[in-house]
Amino acid sequence: MAELAKQESWDLVIKPGSATKEYWFDLWRYRELFFILSWRDISVRYKQTIIGVLWAVLRPLLTMLVFTIVFGKIAKLPSERQAPYALMVYAAMLPWQFFATAVQESSNSLVSNASLISKVYFPRLIIPTSSIITSFVDFILSFAILLVLMAYYRFPPTWNMLLLPGFLLMAVLTAMGIGLYVTSLNVKFRDFRYVIPFIIQIGLYISPVGFSSSIIPEQYRLWYSLNPMVGVIDGFRWAILGGQSQLYWPGLLLSVGILLFFLWLGLSTFRKMERTFADMI
Amino acid sequence: MSVVISIENLGKSYMIGHQGEERRYVAMRDVISDGMRKWWSRLRHPEYYTHENLEEFWALSNLNLEVREGERLGVIGRNGAGKTTLLKLLSRITEPTTGQINIRGRVASLLEVGTGFHPELTGRENIYLNGAILGMSRQEVRRKFDEIVDFSGVEQFLDTPVKRYSSGMHVRLGFSVAAHLEPEILVVDEVLAVGDASFQKKCIGKMNSVAKEGRTVLFVSHQMQAVSNLCNRAILLDRAKVVKEGGTDEVINSYLNEKATGKVVALKDRKDRQGNGKLRLVDTWVEDEKNNRLANVIMGKTVKICVRYEIPDGKAVNGLNVAFAVNSLQNIQISDLSNVTTGDDFFAPIPSNGIITCVIKKLPLNIGTYTYNIMIRENNNDILDYIVEAGKFDVTEGDFFGTGKITASDRLIMMEHNWKISPIGIV
Repeated sequence: MAELAKQESWDLVIKPGSATKEYWFDLWRYRELFFILSWRDISVRYKQTIIGVLWAVLRPLLTMLVFTIVFGKIAKLPSERQAPYALMVYAAMLPWQFFATAVQESSNSLVSNASLISKVYFPRLIIPTSSIITSFVDFILSFAILLVLMAYYRFPPTWNMLLLPGFLLMAVLTAMGIGLYVTSLNVKFRDFRYVIPFIIQIGLYISPVGFSSSIIPEQYRLWYSLNPMVGVIDGFRWAILGGQSQLYWPGLLLSVGILLFFLWLGLSTFRKMERTFADMI
Repeated sequence: MSVVISIENLGKSYMIGHQGEERRYVAMRDVISDGMRKWWSRLRHPEYYTHENLEEFWALSNLNLEVREGERLGVIGRNGAGKTTLLKLLSRITEPTTGQINIRGRVASLLEVGTGFHPELTGRENIYLNGAILGMSRQEVRRKFDEIVDFSGVEQFLDTPVKRYSSGMHVRLGFSVAAHLEPEILVVDEVLAVGDASFQKKCIGKMNSVAKEGRTVLFVSHQMQAVSNLCNRAILLDRAKVVKEGGTDEVINSYLNEKATGKVVALKDRKDRQGNGKLRLVDTWVEDEKNNRLANVIMGKTVKICVRYEIPDGKAVNGLNVAFAVNSLQNIQISDLSNVTTGDDFFAPIPSNGIITCVIKKLPLNIGTYTYNIMIRENNNDILDYIVEAGKFDVTEGDFFGTGKITASDRLIMMEHNWKISPIGIV
């Protein structure tokens, strides 16, 4: 009995595998670190150069320009009904760019914060997720540009826009799932980082960024939605272009399912690898 | 006083690659090519196929320890004894493999000063960042901000990015943040090795006052002086185990007098040697003036490096050229010691069993671990035996200049020197 009382009075018991139980509680306890790391990444990014801001603006704009010329003007692919081609591309660039930077940033985050990981304890999940937040700032900047573009094309927003946060959440969760998975691989296989830009590059072309997913033949449309970014991009177009774009519900639901799968895969892989990160880095 | 840390059967093992070099992470390229090779060799020789090429290495094993409230416990031991592993386990950076640690109270660990400092951010910003990393809330940092700045003495540079700080300022700022943590248990690793003497004194003072407030301090250091100033109890770790526990001075003494028996492979069993084998090196050690074998020598004292050899077939050897090359742990060759350069020639006849001793009158090495290579040649320059890193010794701090001041730093060598100042007269 005395033994039991003694046991209960410990504040912390460290033993093999004990990290799991307290993990989610710890995540909450360390929320301040999460905010401060995000703040650090953001302020470093925009402090170093004015180019930081400029880049966030230029990158989607230039890509939009190229895609509009190549796919819209030269290949003469159709836009979504009456919407200007450039606007349609830009509406897709928003989530894509966010996704691509988030995956890239989070995949490098653990390795570049190696000194932290080997010197201090905190739930490691904080690092890749806080770097996803950093990409969010770029997103806000690009979104401001979208509003300017819409004004330029005299394209009024519709009520659909109100659902944009929902699709944004989808983009965040997709980026998180894939980002966490890639992050774990990146710590384990240090040469994996050379593969990531390549995968992202391919992703840009197999996702409906430069073209409308309505040009995909009807019978393949569902298969096409196995790529979770298809649902996200279609959702963005629907929300931004309003009545000019239609939602393909089965595809969207499938994309949600796939993204939940990736989220589970990412989280569980990350959690499994996490306890050995400090030993491997 | 109640027990605040209780450690039972604690163990931590790492898997290390068998082929010498320790590979902690893998490249996908290697996994793929290894996989192919294994598959191929299994196909050809299924009987030889072995599954794993990894070896388990216990950095700590079966460790039991109790620390009471308000105790200042020093943890000492040579490199690789498991000190840092223990701290990493206590601060939850890695998970134990066996056993458990029970802790009462908030633990703050300081394995490095200024962890997470970002060079682009200003001193002010880094205080908040570092505070959060060490587990302080923003309000807590804000409340102690002035104190932290005061203690660090970098107030003029608060709004300068820390990349422009000198390394001393960096350390001072880092320690100041850490010093204002208010944990019940403070775990400190070797952080005082950096920073100037006056700041070190300030840090020890701070840690003392932390302990006086009834908080517990665990302190790991190579600087015996610092340990004996701060701690009231100490443990000595050696090869993953606690080998001694008790009063600080007693434990420090036994560390310093520890016999040089800790070699992994005895010299006579070493296979990685070059030379024609006419003469074989069978043992090497370091001893003091009174011929006591030591693993730890004190800087500035007389030290003898000895090597015992045998001439197995009793063949005549035509004189000996003996050379020791002393290396730092970073593999910088610090000095060559040779009987030819000092004029102490060994002419034939050479005894077929003997001990060669090299006396260094006043050891000019700074604290740290050093190894030495031994090469023995015949007079005609044929190599008889040559072993890289044949022996190893640790140098601990001492009164090099004979002034009563203990001098030690992370520089490599000590130099005898004098100073003077002279006025320049107007001619």
